[in-house]
Amino acid sequence: MLSETILEMKDISKSFPGVKALDGVDFKLREGEIHALMGENGAGKSTLIKVITGVYEKDAGLITLHGKPIHFRSPQEAQNNGIGTVYQEIMLCPNLTVAENMFIGRSHTPIVNWKEMNEKAARLLDSLGIPASPIQELSTCSIAVQQMIAIARAVDMDCRILILDEPTSSLDEDEVQKLFELMRALKAQGVGIIFITHFLEQVYEISDRITVLRNGKLIGEYKTSSLPQIELISKMLGSELEDISTIRKHEPVASDAGIPVFEAVGLSSAAGVRPFDFTIHKGEVNGFAGLLGSGRSESVRAIFAADKVTGGEVRIHGKRVKIKTPLHAIKHGIGYLPEDRKGDGIIEDLSVRDNIILTLQVLKGLFKPFSLKEAEKFAEEYIKKLNIKTPTSNTPIRSLSGGNQQKVILARWLLTNLEYLILDEPTRGIDVGTKVEIQKLVIRLASGGMSLTFISSEIDEMLRTCSRLIVMKDREIVGELRGTDLTENDVMHMIAQGGKS
Amino acid sequence: MRKLMKNVSHLVLPISVMVLLIIINLVKGADYFTITMINGALYGNIPNILFGASELVILSIGMTLVTAASRGQDISIGESATISSAVFVWFVLRSGEATPVTIIVGFLLSCVVGLGLGAFNGILVSIFKVQPMVASLILFTGGRSIAFMIDGKLSPILANDISNRIGTVIPGIPIQTPVILTVVFIALFAVLLKTTTLRLYVETVGINPNAARLNGINPKKVIFLTFLIMGFCSAVAGFIAVNKAGRHDSVNLLKNIMMDAILAVAIGGNSLGGGTFSITGSIIGAYTIEMLNRTLLRLEIEPAMIKVFKAIFIVILMVVASPVVRDFIKKVLDRNRTRKEE
Repeated sequence: MLSETILEMKDISKSFPGVKALDGVDFKLREGEIHALMGENGAGKSTLIKVITGVYEKDAGLITLHGKPIHFRSPQEAQNNGIGTVYQEIMLCPNLTVAENMFIGRSHTPIVNWKEMNEKAARLLDSLGIPASPIQELSTCSIAVQQMIAIARAVDMDCRILILDEPTSSLDEDEVQKLFELMRALKAQGVGIIFITHFLEQVYEISDRITVLRNGKLIGEYKTSSLPQIELISKMLGSELEDISTIRKHEPVASDAGIPVFEAVGLSSAAGVRPFDFTIHKGEVNGFAGLLGSGRSESVRAIFAADKVTGGEVRIHGKRVKIKTPLHAIKHGIGYLPEDRKGDGIIEDLSVRDNIILTLQVLKGLFKPFSLKEAEKFAEEYIKKLNIKTPTSNTPIRSLSGGNQQKVILARWLLTNLEYLILDEPTRGIDVGTKVEIQKLVIRLASGGMSLTFISSEIDEMLRTCSRLIVMKDREIVGELRGTDLTENDVMHMIAQGGKS
Repeated sequence: MRKLMKNVSHLVLPISVMVLLIIINLVKGADYFTITMINGALYGNIPNILFGASELVILSIGMTLVTAASRGQDISIGESATISSAVFVWFVLRSGEATPVTIIVGFLLSCVVGLGLGAFNGILVSIFKVQPMVASLILFTGGRSIAFMIDGKLSPILANDISNRIGTVIPGIPIQTPVILTVVFIALFAVLLKTTTLRLYVETVGINPNAARLNGINPKKVIFLTFLIMGFCSAVAGFIAVNKAGRHDSVNLLKNIMMDAILAVAIGGNSLGGGTFSITGSIIGAYTIEMLNRTLLRLEIEPAMIKVFKAIFIVILMVVASPVVRDFIKKVLDRNRTRKEE
């Protein structure tokens, strides 16, 4: 095995006013290694990356590249020295061609030799096994391919180090596999890869080593093969560890008995989900399982009328009602936490307080605003109840971590006193501690009599919380699983079989 | 207290500009704040600024709301004001002798027209999703011709006692009437924002229309409402302007005032990209612009050169207030602070 060290960081410290983001951290990256950088939100992962790439200036410590001390002042400089970075959000231009995206801003002459550029791009795409044509417009590629093109762009310039910051969060299982193939190919060429993700399974599948950070301090560097998952979680969480396995799903009290809280027959929406039937009873937690794009989000959006409803009947407590807009759904006691927290959930520039009271205020009406005192009371109550970490209730929500933003949106819905709450990927992209808290909250709410639909890309989370799983494939319900002893395999099997089993 | 701090931080820019202008004026002559009483009314630099900025202040309030909700600007406000005031003048002249009743009915009629013009822009923007600037370009282009058609001739004269009093002073009251009307208007909006959730709705829609919809707010309705309010503001501004002038000059009435209104919104610390807003900031911004205009006059700059100086001043102001400079200053301050700690 190649094991020559490419990048070595020693005793790196970085402070921001009031916070020590990195405190004497060491990090070592070897040739041909995939190195996972793990830690909760706020552990210092991003700061460390930004110190390497020259976005931030380190306060103390030493960085050596191939044994030579380096000091980058800008990401451009880092890139010129063979360090490429790909971020979670794809930062390319969808209206340009693949080749243009790969080479834009790289040329030093004002005249572009299109032929040469396209040939060069074709060679690179080919060598990396990326299924795209250089002259194709980027927007016609799938998200995964776009992500790969971003990587191709980063590795083009004789890259020795590739940093991948949550590249998989918007990919489905197949696409993740394609990305992993590419990572393995680069690894074989001797590129050192730093990989950041929230998906533990992926870490175990692809990485050779793991470095764990917590609160800006180095916890340790481990060989992936010799660090069991449960130990990794405990290292990431520190003393706060609560064994996830202690979450037990409650036994549904009155499932299937009596009139359902919500019932839909032949529901369909403009987002293109096939007409489907759905019921949920008081105190029940169910979930939509299926791969990304299987129609699980579209289904719950149809229930909430987030997309235009095109057909079907809806009953609440057995009574026929019309739900044509989200406002109708809210008035009937339905809440919806959207998948895309940033795009559909938070009101970035408003305070935590305004974000919490928003929906209740809408229900109350235009001419009955809450006084500041009332709003403050509600906000403080839920900040305490859900353990939201924010300096004050007046802090803009955008300065909170992802997990805490998610809790604010949960608070917003809980405040409206609803009967049925839909959670679409509430645990995506947030730290492990908050994931556990949210799953526990789901079970606690259900014991209190609320009905919930819980969707997660991590099937084990749904197995822990849901008593019934509706399995979807290709925008259609293919089956249903219930019982307390379901395994991930059962679900996978049903998805694979398409319900024919 | 915390709330106070938050409010004040928005206003640092407009207030510091105002202070700067006051200092320049005081250097030019120490009599800047002198107020004299002529025929029972107050005159002087400050009363003149308050008087002159009336229409701009009112229009800036509407512009603030439109900007916050629709993430764009209405450039037809001067034309809307000209059309609605043409209707006012038409009604008053047609009724023969001007009485308080004809004036009030005429004003209400012009408000209805203003609301209609606002609704026109609002429908284009909210339902047909036309960019606000493009939507209002229609009235901007054709508005003055429509006003001329209503007038039927060039500059009909509005010569009556009541109009004169609305445009200048009411005997026995030392403060000019437009100033009083502006204060009443501001108070009206303060009450509106206090007794409704308009601010929360407008800011939510301006920041994230998707999330607004999923939380039960209809972004279309909110955007439409802001244009409706803008139309009302235009009608009131047109009413004041035409009574001040004593005639309806459809070609020059409130010409190009949208530029100053947009500028007032920007100086007030508001993002022209929508979202959170400060009406107090815009109001101070509007008065600042009027103060700047009069400062340049007072400095005896050649009239032809005034616009150049105004432009230079605004460029400097916008650069100083830009995020780039702000971040730089913050960085320097932070560095000093950490150095001290060490």
